[in-house]
Amino acid sequence: MESLEYRECLIELIYQLADDDFLLAYRGSEWLGLAPHIEEDVAFASISQDLMGHAALYYGLLEELGEGKIDHLTHNRSPDYFRNAILVELPNGTGTYLENPSYDWAFTVVRNYFYTLAKKVRLDSIKKSSYEPLQHIVQKISIEMSYHMMHWEVWFKQLISSTAEAKSRMEEAMSIVFAELGGVFSYGRIGDRMERLSLIESEEVLKERWMVYLNKENIQYSMKMKQGDGRNGIHTPHLAEALATLSEVYQSVATAEW
Amino acid sequence: MILKEKVMKVLDTVKDPEIPVVSVVDLGMIHNVSVYNDRVTIEVMPTFSGCPALEIIKRNIELAVESIPEVNSLSVAFIRHPIWTTELVSEKGKQELKKFGIAPPEARVEGEWHVPCPYCGSVYTTMDNIFGPAACRSILYCKSCKNPFEAMKPVSI
Repeated sequence: MESLEYRECLIELIYQLADDDFLLAYRGSEWLGLAPHIEEDVAFASISQDLMGHAALYYGLLEELGEGKIDHLTHNRSPDYFRNAILVELPNGTGTYLENPSYDWAFTVVRNYFYTLAKKVRLDSIKKSSYEPLQHIVQKISIEMSYHMMHWEVWFKQLISSTAEAKSRMEEAMSIVFAELGGVFSYGRIGDRMERLSLIESEEVLKERWMVYLNKENIQYSMKMKQGDGRNGIHTPHLAEALATLSEVYQSVATAEW
Repeated sequence: MILKEKVMKVLDTVKDPEIPVVSVVDLGMIHNVSVYNDRVTIEVMPTFSGCPALEIIKRNIELAVESIPEVNSLSVAFIRHPIWTTELVSEKGKQELKKFGIAPPEARVEGEWHVPCPYCGSVYTTMDNIFGPAACRSILYCKSCKNPFEAMKPVSI
């Protein structure tokens, strides 16, 4: 490891990647049994399982770097220490998966498609030059992610070119997602140092690449960070609620071996 | 028989718990086995990162190799590099998958993925769902013999 500064920036970046996949995997799992049809239920569950696996790879690396045990990092860390973007912590809709779930499929499709595109842009940048063990993890994740991309792209394209109602719902969802998409590209307070140390390229470069991949002309939205600043630990109350549910069993017998 | 051969022999008995006919060796998961006196180190390539069977596989490898009396210390570790791909599945592994009703991984031809039905061999098949009941499998349908079947998701770099 080159220096203390390098180590600090590397760890910060891995937390961002890990927490994003972890939270979105959880939001995906809340759809289990509620997806629009049975084939989608199977597919979405499988994608969410992959995302949880990706998060586990990153947390495993953090454990090796001395950040503590994986279970502690996921189940026993205060929400202020989570580095995920606000976009992935937002609920799927109103209600919970147990009580009156009124989840928004358009929002889910747009969130997952836009997030997966952003994930691809970020991982491609890390593949070019970064910490070697992180590059290896990212190569593995990229292979699995290509299937997720195909999946969400099909949903996105079909819904946006469907009925007038579908189109207006998708546009509504896009405005919600764009309002937080800036937070996915943000690296937080030490971002300029991550860039300088060649851990990843600049936010601007990545955002531009994302727009090229989206390949939609006349897009009238711009990327913002409306409801907080996840990379700097400023979250909505939805994160604390999600983490409380996720860690309920773990917290019930704190001394148990899992 | 030297110790390394004994280790390889017991590894052949360790199967994927979700596909109990194919061994971890034939799945191409074993990257390296090194033996130094009575110490054995095994490097394993994980298949899909979210696969819940990975920890069970690791435990089963440990139990199998520990059963060899000459083994005094054992380390089984998942490695990050190189990355497992479906090209590492052996010819024997492919035949066993097929017998089990899972179409073995096929190389893509010009971006298209042709998967012959494991029951009747017809290539008149359609993809129902890229995602199946396990991270490594897709769901397909054979229009010739009218059977749904699973296929191993191709993974390549």
